[in-house]
Amino acid sequence: MVAALMFAHAAFAEGDHHSPRVPLLPKYLSECGACHAAFPPGMLPATAWQRLMSGLGKHFGTDASLDPATQKELAAWLALNAGTGKYAREEPPQDRITRAAWFIRKHREVPATTWKLAAVNSAANCGACHKRSDQGNFDEHEVRIPR
Amino acid sequence: MHTLSLSRFSLRSIAAAAGLSALIIADIAQAATPAELLSGYTAQAGSAAASNRGQQFFTSRHGREWSCATCHGTVPTQAGKHASTGKPIQALAPAFNPERFTDPAKTEKWFRRNCNDVVGRECSAAEKADVLAWLLTLKP
Repeated sequence: MVAALMFAHAAFAEGDHHSPRVPLLPKYLSECGACHAAFPPGMLPATAWQRLMSGLGKHFGTDASLDPATQKELAAWLALNAGTGKYAREEPPQDRITRAAWFIRKHREVPATTWKLAAVNSAANCGACHKRSDQGNFDEHEVRIPR
Repeated sequence: MHTLSLSRFSLRSIAAAAGLSALIIADIAQAATPAELLSGYTAQAGSAAASNRGQQFFTSRHGREWSCATCHGTVPTQAGKHASTGKPIQALAPAFNPERFTDPAKTEKWFRRNCNDVVGRECSAAEKADVLAWLLTLKP
């Protein structure tokens, strides 16, 4: 149990070679993952997830509303697995993972031209470079930046 | 000992089979064909669907930034791309993607959201019938 907790806390920690991860809830994958990468719940603090999940009717310019039961279920799972440590220290602007200080710092060496590549298109397109991000794996050794 | 484990095994298979058939029955309860959904929308609309109107609706903008075609493609027989995230969207025409329009709740969910994004309101049953009628004309 203690090991499991430490495992969870180390989630996307710097320099860890085997980025431990929370298994993604199948419904989270199918609902949220239908439109965008299934972002690991640990990348935003609970307050941010709560705001996002209560405003799905206007979700970054689109209607992402869910039926009440699914909304409740996913909100509870996100709250339970929300970010801790440095991932909870800050509520990024607009609740965007890509605006978080840790995200910007982690990506500071990526040139501006790379972000604009058709294969990248958006900073939220994790899979463009993090080849196993669909499994919650953001290990730096798995990064392949397109040219 | 041998017979005991054997009977335990068969009990387990019976239980598994029962569970499986329960699942299949649950699936059947929700499943529909695109043609059934079309006749449902047509009945709700109280008039016949027109595929040419559906195509027009699908490919036009309705006073907003996106049309249906923006994400699904002008002829949705192959994968499209989410306009803001770039995430691939599998083909929408049922003849090219047998999963499409087989789950009434899922169909309604996406009509609700996407009509809100494209038209700024929910679509009428007649509009849904027209679009679905057009999608069903698209064949390999």
